[in-house]
Amino acid sequence: MKMTRRQLLVLLPAAAVAWEHVLAGTPEASPNYDMTEHWWGMLIDITKCIGCGSCVRACQLENHVPDDYFRTWVERYHVTDWEMEYPKVDSPGGGKNGFRPAREEGGKNFFVPKLCNHCADSPCTQVCPVGATFVSPDGVVLVDQKYCLGCRYCVQACPYGCRFINPNTKTANKCTLCYHRITKGLTTACCEVCPTATRQLADLKNPKDPIHEFLKTHSVQVLKPHLATGSKCFYYGLDGAVR
Amino acid sequence: MKRFKDSEHLFRLAAVFVVGITLFLILRGLLVPHSFGQYGHYRGKAITEIAALPIAYAGHQVCEGCHTDVQDVKSKGVHKGVACESCHGPLAKHAEDPASVQPEKLDTAKLCVRCHEANVAKPKNFPQVASEDHSGGAACNSCHKPHSPAMNAGGSQ
Repeated sequence: MKMTRRQLLVLLPAAAVAWEHVLAGTPEASPNYDMTEHWWGMLIDITKCIGCGSCVRACQLENHVPDDYFRTWVERYHVTDWEMEYPKVDSPGGGKNGFRPAREEGGKNFFVPKLCNHCADSPCTQVCPVGATFVSPDGVVLVDQKYCLGCRYCVQACPYGCRFINPNTKTANKCTLCYHRITKGLTTACCEVCPTATRQLADLKNPKDPIHEFLKTHSVQVLKPHLATGSKCFYYGLDGAVR
Repeated sequence: MKRFKDSEHLFRLAAVFVVGITLFLILRGLLVPHSFGQYGHYRGKAITEIAALPIAYAGHQVCEGCHTDVQDVKSKGVHKGVACESCHGPLAKHAEDPASVQPEKLDTAKLCVRCHEANVAKPKNFPQVASEDHSGGAACNSCHKPHSPAMNAGGSQ
């Protein structure tokens, strides 16, 4: 094929425009989902948690979390009446298979489910040297698995211990608040299977979400509020002994 | 009039800079992903990629679409708030093609104690039993029907 210089100069910009479309890739998986209309969080009612571990199992199955690594886990606290600073905490296997009856009776005993707090001012995203982890426009802390180097800065930075290095991919891994589910209009796997509705997904930008009524009428707390991380996991019935 | 004497070397230096900067811009354009900086200091397309992952749990609304008989029994009992997949496991594949995956039969002697085994850390108002004393290891569904577990509830589910 013969081509004059003039024809080539006309074709080049057209090719550049086409290349932009190639780079843009596949269209969005959830076309009806608008990121700007949501601000996700979670409500955890400790007074309802029975420590069955359904959430831990469901999270593992939904998100292919390797054994002995956890995106969510359940802790059992044992606090004697005056030693609030020194609670005894156990979480055998992340509480995945439930808890054996406590050896020590007396004092205060309760379960605390934990997961990524999806902080609005998250310490973990601030330390990433390559821009692989970020707070999405709808308030979910995510990890770009293709961009993560596995340097572990974020694992150290998270004050809640919610991150780990996936031994298979060697990249940072954490709760995504089941981003692949909530963008399709479903609830998270842990909230779906929770038999006592201890966990409830909350959309703080949706004025019709029951979270607003709950927050208005109940005393709620976040974990480690003194760190001002802007945590969006609201705990109801949180004891002062919980770390 | 010539303002600078022997100014050619300045132009040569400038040319080196221009070439260097152009090369940098070209490389940067090739190496930095297209969607980087779309929403912030990260790859915007990563959000779409994470959102496109497949689901494992279908959600109880999907189950109730077909299994209306179970839903009728369940809605009258104390287990009405418990999602189907809480006991039956992740069944999004079954919901997509019912013939492909069948939910496995559950052993109530193991299933029910996950939640109902007595534990001092459980809320006091939650129904709990010491299974050894309560049934001696017998299957729970010989007396209780899991979908509506009260003893006098009746039904075959």
